[in-house]
Amino acid sequence: MNVALEASMTPPRAARTALLRRKILDRTMRTLAAAAIGVAVVPLFSVLWEVLRLGLPGLRPGFFSSLPVPVGEPGGGMGNALVGTLILVGLGGAIGVPVGLLAGIYLAEFGRGRLARIVRFTADVLSGVPSIVVGIFAYTVVVMPMNHFSALSGGVALSVLMIPVVSRTTEEMVKLVPTTLREGALALGCPRWRATLQIVLPTALPGVLAGVMLAVARVAGETAPLLFTAFGSRFWFEGLRQPVAGLPLQIFTYAVSPYDEWHAQAWTGALVLVLLVVLLQLVIRLYARWRMH
Amino acid sequence: MRRVRLGDRLFSGSTVLFALAIVGLGIAIFAALAHAAMPAVRTFGWRFLWGRTWDPVEQEFGMLPFLYGTLVSSALALVIATPIGLGVAIFLNEFASRALRGPLAFVMDLLAAIPSVVYGLWGIFVLVPFVRAHPGGWLAQHLGFVPLFRGPSYGVGMLSGGLILAIMILPTISSISREVLAAVPQTQREGALALGATRWEMVRHAVLPYARSGIFGAVVLGLGRALGETMAVTMVIGNRPEIASSLLAPSYTMASVLANEFTEATSDLYVSALIEVGLLLFVVTILVNMAARLLVWKVKA
Repeated sequence: MNVALEASMTPPRAARTALLRRKILDRTMRTLAAAAIGVAVVPLFSVLWEVLRLGLPGLRPGFFSSLPVPVGEPGGGMGNALVGTLILVGLGGAIGVPVGLLAGIYLAEFGRGRLARIVRFTADVLSGVPSIVVGIFAYTVVVMPMNHFSALSGGVALSVLMIPVVSRTTEEMVKLVPTTLREGALALGCPRWRATLQIVLPTALPGVLAGVMLAVARVAGETAPLLFTAFGSRFWFEGLRQPVAGLPLQIFTYAVSPYDEWHAQAWTGALVLVLLVVLLQLVIRLYARWRMH
Repeated sequence: MRRVRLGDRLFSGSTVLFALAIVGLGIAIFAALAHAAMPAVRTFGWRFLWGRTWDPVEQEFGMLPFLYGTLVSSALALVIATPIGLGVAIFLNEFASRALRGPLAFVMDLLAAIPSVVYGLWGIFVLVPFVRAHPGGWLAQHLGFVPLFRGPSYGVGMLSGGLILAIMILPTISSISREVLAAVPQTQREGALALGATRWEMVRHAVLPYARSGIFGAVVLGLGRALGETMAVTMVIGNRPEIASSLLAPSYTMASVLANEFTEATSDLYVSALIEVGLLLFVVTILVNMAARLLVWKVKA
């Protein structure tokens, strides 16, 4: 009896090596998974490092305040492109945020049944449409009828990219508002629309704003949808019906040019763009985490 | 009583209107592109898909080289990014300590936040020279007898395009996979561990099978992104409309030809042909995204 028990407790050699093999496999796979992270962050750090290293020398006040100059002339900057990006993103937000916001409220507050499912699905699928295709869309509906590249068409393109993001984050944030708050308002005799607009929405507002800023950060770096809408320009903003410069567009133009001075400017532009986009997301993220606690 | 109801009607009605606007937008994009592509569709018919000549001067347009470039560069990106992205997701969700998880997930998000044009700039001045000298040069020297690696290593070309796409879709694959893994019930893991499984055996036999279709969805979503990615690829793939078997040779994608030629298109037929390329890109990415969403929703629901 005792002997039998002992035999069953000390595994025979075959079982021991099997166990060892399993442990080795476990270790190997865990190491490989950790290595995957290592491989993934190499390009990230390389990009950030190069942008910093090559972009920093050109970061002078003049970069933000002056127009681009022809090759060979000293100085010059991307002031107009920076202003242009702000205008384009502002336009995109002015068109896209209200639509996304109200659609998101619908999905969260009234969205049951088939229609809501279709809207949700469409929004998700639309967020996967290539941005260059959205650019063509804006070209066909705004540039072709007006017969002119324009800031307006660029704003329309960006708004199409913002709508799905804003609507889905708004939905999520409004859904997070406790039902008791709605019930409390309704119990006090408040009509549904006032409960939504004056109680639910203000409660969800910080989260909704974070979603809007996230959408802004995404589209601020977009180049493809602006190529044949906003088109780019060497001058300051000249009105909504005229072409306008944009930071990503300017970086692209300079990057593919054959001139070293322009390459240097492209790197500085990239540094500014990365700072803008990444800092924005960093702030949103920290803010969201701070609010969760 | 009546007034209250009227206000509610107006409010919910107007939100429905905006919700419908999203569906309308989807339909409008399709309709606008289809309408503008009609002249090219009528002129070339199916020849547009299978033609190998893209000649604006002769007004002859066949997009096979672009289709080939898009498909091969995306496939290459998937082959590279899938194992790494899945590894990242598994590590973050199953192996990493809680303290490590947050910062590392943030780093992956950062990877997704960097604009395409910045990747392109980095691609031109860092990735392309690197590929030309190291993996490209090595492959051309030692494996040059394989058609896949024949010819000189230019740097710009399919390999660089695939690599930069892989970097860009990696965060998509890893973050969606991670969401899917997080949706796997904890009892699956506890059950496997209780039976004496190692951590890896738990992942392999209890977690991954459960999450399989969702992970597949994450990969398909990555594919959707790779197919439509424009700027970075345009800047490193070489933009030559040829079908070369070698990964070291320059190529061209559907999105790149749009980025490069749209503003220079002089004739109406040329513009229409380019819009048809955009229409096809739209239809393909819509189908791919629909498939992906259905797969991911199935697991998370």
